[in-house]
Amino acid sequence: MGLPDILFYVFAAFTLLFGLLVVANPFSRNPVTSAMFLVLTIISMACLFVLLNAFFLAAVQIIVYAGAVMVLFVFVIMLMDLKEEERRRIKTFGVVAGIVSVGIILTVFLKSLVGCGDSSCNAPVGAGAAPVIEGDAHALGMLLFTKYDLPFEVISVLLLVAMIGVITLSKKDLK
Amino acid sequence: MQVGLQHYLVVSALLFAIGLLGVIIRRNLLVMYLSLELMLNAANLALVAFSRFNNSLDGQVLVFFIITVAAAEVAVGLALIVALYRKRQSAHVEDLTSMKL
Repeated sequence: MGLPDILFYVFAAFTLLFGLLVVANPFSRNPVTSAMFLVLTIISMACLFVLLNAFFLAAVQIIVYAGAVMVLFVFVIMLMDLKEEERRRIKTFGVVAGIVSVGIILTVFLKSLVGCGDSSCNAPVGAGAAPVIEGDAHALGMLLFTKYDLPFEVISVLLLVAMIGVITLSKKDLK
Repeated sequence: MQVGLQHYLVVSALLFAIGLLGVIIRRNLLVMYLSLELMLNAANLALVAFSRFNNSLDGQVLVFFIITVAAAEVAVGLALIVALYRKRQSAHVEDLTSMKL
């Protein structure tokens, strides 16, 4: 077992542990704590991206998610009164229903993974002959501006639509 | 044992399950929204793993688009939550029952 394998287990454990702490933290039900643990989840996931040779995406993940999106989240959480939320009791029916349904969907997921043979699809395609691809900024940019040109333009329109929508929604007298 | 595609997919499935659990059991709108982000990230991890083990960059471009859409979605969703909070003074789903029959 080489160093990348050990690092995979370490960061996978971190990702799952912090993810669980976002959802069910036994010490605090404060949304700010959840948001901070989501930042840690995203950072450990960026480490997994690095292990998968997706360097540019790891950087984007940290800058956009852990940076911009989470700042927006924390900003909105700070706007609200949170004292009331911690008093509420979690209903047992909801917890039981949640665990049962998540167990069912997880069983479906894991059953579908068992069918995948060990040798056939675990090794990277062309790991021996062709050089293993690296998702650096140059390779990703080339693909983004040639093959995925139209989706790239469409997504910029989407961002404009989202911006106008947010400005409209946050007007004082919402009609 | 060599870490392969299956390992990454199991992590992704578990992360998705954790996010789904959060959406179902937590009653605070903001925490439900954070759990939603967790589910989106689980999908991202699966796509990057597929991209790596297929030796093709298309999956990573898709993740790029997902991150953009998620950012737009977060902005609109949080604006909705703030507008709701201004009207009802609560970000708790049990207080939002005006559409209940």
